[in-house]
Amino acid sequence: MLKPNIYPGKLIVVEGIDGSGKSTQIDLLYKWLEAQGKSVYFSEWNSSELVKSTTRLAKDQKLFTPTTFSILQCTDFADRWENLVLPMIKAGVIVLADRYAFTGFARDVARGVDPMWVRNLYSFALQPDVVMYFRAPLDVAVERITSSRAKIKYYEAGMDLGLSDNRTTSFRLFQQRIIDEYDKMIDECNFTVIDGTLPIQKEQKQVRQIVHKALEGWEGLPNPEKQTRPLSSTRRKPASKTAVQPAQGDAQ
Amino acid sequence: MNETAFYGAGFPYNPIKDLPGKLIVLEGTDGVGRSTQSQLLRRWLEDEGFAVSDTGLRRSPMTQPGLDAAKQGHTLSRFAMSLFYATDFADRLENQIIPALKAGFFVLSDRYFYSIIARDVVRGADPDWARGVYGFALKPDLVLYLKADVPHLISRLVHGRGFNYWESGMDVRCADNLYDSFCIYQTKLIEQFDQMAEEFNFVTVDANRPVPVLFEDLRRVIKTLF
Repeated sequence: MLKPNIYPGKLIVVEGIDGSGKSTQIDLLYKWLEAQGKSVYFSEWNSSELVKSTTRLAKDQKLFTPTTFSILQCTDFADRWENLVLPMIKAGVIVLADRYAFTGFARDVARGVDPMWVRNLYSFALQPDVVMYFRAPLDVAVERITSSRAKIKYYEAGMDLGLSDNRTTSFRLFQQRIIDEYDKMIDECNFTVIDGTLPIQKEQKQVRQIVHKALEGWEGLPNPEKQTRPLSSTRRKPASKTAVQPAQGDAQ
Repeated sequence: MNETAFYGAGFPYNPIKDLPGKLIVLEGTDGVGRSTQSQLLRRWLEDEGFAVSDTGLRRSPMTQPGLDAAKQGHTLSRFAMSLFYATDFADRLENQIIPALKAGFFVLSDRYFYSIIARDVVRGADPDWARGVYGFALKPDLVLYLKADVPHLISRLVHGRGFNYWESGMDVRCADNLYDSFCIYQTKLIEQFDQMAEEFNFVTVDANRPVPVLFEDLRRVIKTLF
């Protein structure tokens, strides 16, 4: 459904439920690639400035339905896609994305929207060169999330679905649905599965191997001013705390 | 509504059985007289004893502040703009239009998603993609397409609200000035509407005529739903 990447840059994506360890790993990967003098750009799910106020309003006032939730997240994605991500890929940069269209496919279908409909929504985007799916059992991921964060938020817990009045129970049920959707996508969306229960360093070794292989024989945009100047003023870096906190979740 | 039907999958998580109300859509390009007719129709329907609810693009309380701000800044790129409008539309459909139809209201919708996809396609979007986005949309009972030619649109704007950036399609720079850009942009939109007329079963009415004449025509068509 997604178009193949025909541009000079590379698109590398991490996916997985909250607490699967993907953000920790992509942060380490970012630093590793940058240290090698590559031009790297990081983009995070749900981070468009343009859409932010609307998302906040809808979350605060609990205005979302599964359909509006889905389209607004895709609006956020589209804004970043057109203004930040695609230009970087065209320029020959390695774009690292913490979550991508597949997050929409997994979460929105878990919320009950039609799978083909949401796939069409994102069909303007490119199929990444690498998608690493961090697969962690529900108990492991939930333990990481609940030990590192004060409170699971309403939509994160899937409270809008009415699965349970108890937030933790609802969170578990919702996350399991998301895992099921991710699992269905492994072949369809060409995921490379990574065992999210391994020690961080071991996982990172795998991640680097996979990325190394994907970049073999590829030059990309040289980074002439490595370490003296950032790539651009709008560049976003992964939050540094993700490197030390194994359970850095992301805003849902 | 005799039979609840959607253009695609609808809302799978929220099956809708019965919608006793009627959904009437007024479509057409900028300056064609939709809002004037909409007000007249509302009054008339209420005189006839029907409860009426009206809606129109960008009226969702959820997306209105963000969408207005984005339009002010002219910073929305094509897909983001298109999807922002889709969010507005979905929110109004689920939270305003469908509840009103459930309660047996006549819903008068000033534009529907057809306007949005016309604008998307004129801006280069894939027509199938744009249609696919609205797979959740309810099929209206009646779509009245108010069709006026560009000279009529111009005369209404000159004696009305004047030319503006968006209605002239200046974001895609059809020309270097509002007037020429307006003519080119609106001509392209009319082409899109004409193509959709058959695809979506529009009832086309000649909107080059004076307000009372057009109103009489619209009433005649709407009466067939009583």
